[in-house]
Amino acid sequence: MLKQIEGSQAVAQAVALCRPEVICAYPISPQTHIVEALGKTVKEGSLSPCEFINVESEFAAMSVAIGASAAGARAYTATASQGLLFMAEAVYNASGLGLPIVMTVANRAIGAPINIWNDHSDALSQRDSGWLQLFAENNQEAVDLHIQAFRLGEELSMPVMVCMDGFILTHAFERVDIPTQEQVDAYLPSFEPRQVLDPAEPVTIGAMVGPEAFMEVRYLAHARQLQALERIPQLATEFRDVFGRDSCGLAHTYCADDAETMIVAMGSVLGTIKDVVDEMRADGHRIGVLGITSYRPFPLAQVRAALVHCKRFLVLEKSLAVGLGGILATDVRMAVSGSGLRGFTAIAGLGGRPITKASLHQLFRQAEQETLEPVSFLDLDRDAVNKQLERERQTRRSGPIAENMLHDKGIVSAGQFG
Amino acid sequence: MRGNEMFQVRIHGRGGQGVVTAAEMLSVAAFGEGHHAQAFPSFGSERTGAPVVAFCRIDHKTIRLREPIMEPDALIIQDPTLLHQVNVFAGFRHDGYVLINTGRTLAELGLDELLKDCRADHLCTVPATEIGLKHLGRPIPNIALLGGFAAITGLIKLESVIAAINGRFSGKVAEGNIAAATEAYQTVMAEKQAATEGAKNA
Repeated sequence: MLKQIEGSQAVAQAVALCRPEVICAYPISPQTHIVEALGKTVKEGSLSPCEFINVESEFAAMSVAIGASAAGARAYTATASQGLLFMAEAVYNASGLGLPIVMTVANRAIGAPINIWNDHSDALSQRDSGWLQLFAENNQEAVDLHIQAFRLGEELSMPVMVCMDGFILTHAFERVDIPTQEQVDAYLPSFEPRQVLDPAEPVTIGAMVGPEAFMEVRYLAHARQLQALERIPQLATEFRDVFGRDSCGLAHTYCADDAETMIVAMGSVLGTIKDVVDEMRADGHRIGVLGITSYRPFPLAQVRAALVHCKRFLVLEKSLAVGLGGILATDVRMAVSGSGLRGFTAIAGLGGRPITKASLHQLFRQAEQETLEPVSFLDLDRDAVNKQLERERQTRRSGPIAENMLHDKGIVSAGQFG
Repeated sequence: MRGNEMFQVRIHGRGGQGVVTAAEMLSVAAFGEGHHAQAFPSFGSERTGAPVVAFCRIDHKTIRLREPIMEPDALIIQDPTLLHQVNVFAGFRHDGYVLINTGRTLAELGLDELLKDCRADHLCTVPATEIGLKHLGRPIPNIALLGGFAAITGLIKLESVIAAINGRFSGKVAEGNIAAATEAYQTVMAEKQAATEGAKNA
């Protein structure tokens, strides 16, 4: 049913349609609306049987999800930013134990400086945790990815993160087709765990594994991610058969057929990028887009196939490997290694800095002309940076950086408009 | 809507005035008429009394754009004290619409020079806080202003605003909001008509 609905509410409804049996969460912006809505749904009795468990921290949230999943329950949680970092140890445990928990990450920057706005630093910090990581471009895809995530995760016995841009998607009202219970039931069978804590057939889960077997267990996690590379497109096809729309998959191209310049990105910024590409196409530019939905597993072959016919590519990412440059860009470069393609990286939108069409027009033209630095920073205020660097040269006790920057920019409170 | 162009609305107000709710309900009203719509807040400092901005885009096709609205086709200003604090007119073009919550005139607000190139029938003031007090018993201007927006732009019908109110509220709150939106709609329609006739007679 088509609804004009907030992204968080849409995701909460989609998760409820997947019939989770345990939902545990600790509130943190911008994820809070999702679990609030689910808590209400459980309390009203419209999602049953399901236990909603308030926990005292994100570490507890993931630990409860692990316990629930090990006991054979379909388990769901959601978090963001510092919350994801706080649960990091348990995040690795969930994947290491092969427990198919689904978790929404409402992508948000990581402090310090504290910042509640969107970028991809949180999810990408867990890229090697063994979780599958899927990125939504809009709220329809966020809904569809959650439904596919339960199916994919449970088939493979691996946990899945569905990443959606905090605020930009979680707090946006837009048109979303919410599926029916019959559609979701037809697509998503009940959870058949590969391992279960059952008093009737006692087992232990989580043995200590020494050097004689650890590599093999770890390799099996890798093997399951490689299986996911095959299953994700198949599940997207099956999804289309039931729900009547193309959604998800590994990666998608847009205007790529004759493109000389390709823009690579993940998440909601793809929408803005496509609008800019349409405008540039109208002016005769041969430019296209590659949107990556599955970041883990990373679809090396699909990325290579999508880029190998262009002349150059630009990876635009909302994340920064401090001391290196791009994170997504590193993987993209690996995909095209040996092809001789020129590749550029643009770091953009950190901490919620708006990514505007005007800035992208300029950036994409520089990419076409190959006048960009290998790693550039979109709309970085160089004067502000230089002022602080000069201050540090002049004075040993130059003071706290974040406070200096706010003072230099004349900002009284974060997020002020105008 | 102007031809096939996307129509962009920026709402300025203060935390507690229902700025975000107004943008969301405007998007619901537009959706109810078959349009695509996208509403989102400026995210963050939504403390009571702090300046807050929310946005709404309306289009005939899927809206993919995610940047903040920098060149609004319409401005709804829920709190006139912001005029001296925030550059609410940033990116505003002279053919756009302005709706301000105030009992005073544009001249009394000192805006006639700034807006002298705008179309008179695109500029309106409406005492939405008083209308809210009258019908809801609370100084909440947001829903009344949506009625005013329907009147000044003609982009959506008052009935669609009422449907959005009924979708969000029930009982006395819904009734009060419908009465507030309707009164503001009628006030703005009368002002608009006077401005149009004034332009004809000039």
